[in-house]
Amino acid sequence: MNQIYGPIIRDGLWKNNPALVQLLGLCPLLAVSNTSINGLGLGLATTLTLVFSNGLISLLRKQIPDEARLPVFVMIIASIVTAIELSMNAWFHELYLILGIFIPLIVTNCAIIGRAEAFAARNPVGPSLVDGLMMGIGFTVVLVLLGAMRELIGQGTILTEAHLMFGESARHLTIILFEEYRGFLIVLLPPGAFIGLGLIVALKNVIDIRQKAKEAKLELTVVSPANA
Amino acid sequence: MNVIQRHILTVGFVLAAFAIGATSIVALTEANTRDKIIENERQTLLLAINALVDSSEYNNDILTDIITLPSTQLLATKENTTVYRARKDNIPVAVVFTSIAPNGYSGKIAMLVGVYDSGNLAGVRVIKHKETPGLGDKIDNKKTDWILKFKGLSLVSPSESKWTVKKDGGEFDQFTGATITPRAVITAVKKSLQFFEQNSEELFKEAT
Repeated sequence: MNQIYGPIIRDGLWKNNPALVQLLGLCPLLAVSNTSINGLGLGLATTLTLVFSNGLISLLRKQIPDEARLPVFVMIIASIVTAIELSMNAWFHELYLILGIFIPLIVTNCAIIGRAEAFAARNPVGPSLVDGLMMGIGFTVVLVLLGAMRELIGQGTILTEAHLMFGESARHLTIILFEEYRGFLIVLLPPGAFIGLGLIVALKNVIDIRQKAKEAKLELTVVSPANA
Repeated sequence: MNVIQRHILTVGFVLAAFAIGATSIVALTEANTRDKIIENERQTLLLAINALVDSSEYNNDILTDIITLPSTQLLATKENTTVYRARKDNIPVAVVFTSIAPNGYSGKIAMLVGVYDSGNLAGVRVIKHKETPGLGDKIDNKKTDWILKFKGLSLVSPSESKWTVKKDGGEFDQFTGATITPRAVITAVKKSLQFFEQNSEELFKEAT
């Protein structure tokens, strides 16, 4: 069990994170990561779609002819996204008013077709569902982090408009770090998203390199007494 | 027919089958959600209108008691403008314009402008805009309460020449770093008021 799911979880959250390593889905990522709440909204909507599309494609993988797999994936994903949008609009209208603007953006997210091609088309349903969920969570974490960074530097707050997502009781969640903050416009505009994402990718690489160096050192100390 | 031709044909048929399946899913969902979505949108619109003119102030069916104005010079719109009319026992109470300010910083700003029969503003709300986050988007009631200040104003108070931002010698606050957005909103509200003043008889006529 753990031998199958462990690597999938690690891939989605860190090693092969869709936003940091695969660098997929940049269009929606850069467009709506101006606040942490926007990031969370897009992240949740993407995760939902990823789980559904991975599950369905994995279920149908034996029926999909190899030569025509990409158009089939596109059709499946587009119809899932449309069906989710319509159903949300009908039965979860409140939620739709908040997340609705993010859903059409998901169609432009190539992370979804990327996972269909790289994972769901070759693996059973269980692991595919977990892969979709973990990739979605990995994407969401980066979005929220980037959103929080841009919000903090751009307008001096964190979790502004939390009430749009969690209801009126969440209004007090907003933290204003600097009163009378003059704002830092470029961080809120798309260039800020590129710079911010670049910094997060760099940070991840630094952590990876440190980790590797530590492991190498550890191996060295284990090996050297035996050699002596 | 050789093997390759047969294979291509099979793949083509499978692809067509998936296309039919995918389209059916969308069509089925659409058919099952259509009425509910229309009802939801009706409710949302009603809620937005009632924020301007309270539901206790009128007793007609405001969502069907509408007239559609063709694009006019006065409102400076290219699209038709829908006007919702509130009446109590057939006496005109207020109208709500769906006004569009065409000259926002990043395109059109869609608004609801409520005007009482007396010519005073019942209130203004921005319902759709693409203004710069953190600067121009302060016109949105979700971000700041700037837009609430319109309630109760009319063409007499402040006087007509004061219907602009302070920077241009008017009554209204602009935002730091964003003058174009509030200027566009104020102009559109003023135009709606002027239109109402000149056409209030027409606006309340029974639909023909």
